[in-house]
Amino acid sequence: MSLKRNVSLATGLRYKGQGPMLTFVLHRIGGLGMAIFITMHILASFLGGQIGVFLNTVYENWLFQIFIFFCVLFHAINGLRITIIDLFPKLLVHQREAIWVEWAVFLPLFAVAVFVIISAAGG
Amino acid sequence: MATTKPRTLPLSKRGLNFEMFMWLFTRLSALAMYALILFAIIGALIMGARNQMNFADVLRWGFMPNSTHVQSTDVPDLAPWATPFWRLTASALLLVATAHGVHGLVVIADDYIVTPRGRNIVRILSIIMMISMSLIGVYVLWTS
Repeated sequence: MSLKRNVSLATGLRYKGQGPMLTFVLHRIGGLGMAIFITMHILASFLGGQIGVFLNTVYENWLFQIFIFFCVLFHAINGLRITIIDLFPKLLVHQREAIWVEWAVFLPLFAVAVFVIISAAGG
Repeated sequence: MATTKPRTLPLSKRGLNFEMFMWLFTRLSALAMYALILFAIIGALIMGARNQMNFADVLRWGFMPNSTHVQSTDVPDLAPWATPFWRLTASALLLVATAHGVHGLVVIADDYIVTPRGRNIVRILSIIMMISMSLIGVYVLWTS
């Protein structure tokens, strides 16, 4: 009953899915990153104490903030593209153009946020 | 581009099962989360966030409108931020986000765990996680 994949790992790595594949992978990484972060965050605020203090020092680190903001922003913008295209399937023919628009929205916003985070960390 | 005619089945033959329902729920809950986050940010601006909070604090409030997210900022009076109105908004965002997120984890796990037994275990774990995280989150929101 289990799935059979007649594809080796080397073939999988050479798969050239280009733009749409990249957004798929980043969407998945972003979703996983947020799920782990938010679970830890809720548990830390529930348990409190030393665990909570330790986790807060992790969250306040500027490197972590850049990573989690990348997860949130990319997942939100890519998710909006997926939602719009899935709810209006006729737009599917424009999906590569939609991905370019998505990067055009994401990159300036993320650049501003990284600048703000780093300038706040630098003091 | 190949011009194949898209095949659409009538709704009676498509089969509206649980996975199909969750597929739709994932999209609609995403729209709901955009609306709730925008709502929280507009509410924060009305309550004076422009003078009392920086960009990061506004975002923290936006992603979860919970009074503990603003208590260490320059907000002078926490009372308008800790009303039942905002607790209900935060609870709605929490429950929608938990369902969206836990289902997302199941979708990812299904790509790598392919035996029926493994998938059953994933589903049981996801149900336990969803219920426990929802309860813990609601408890934190209403007691902080």
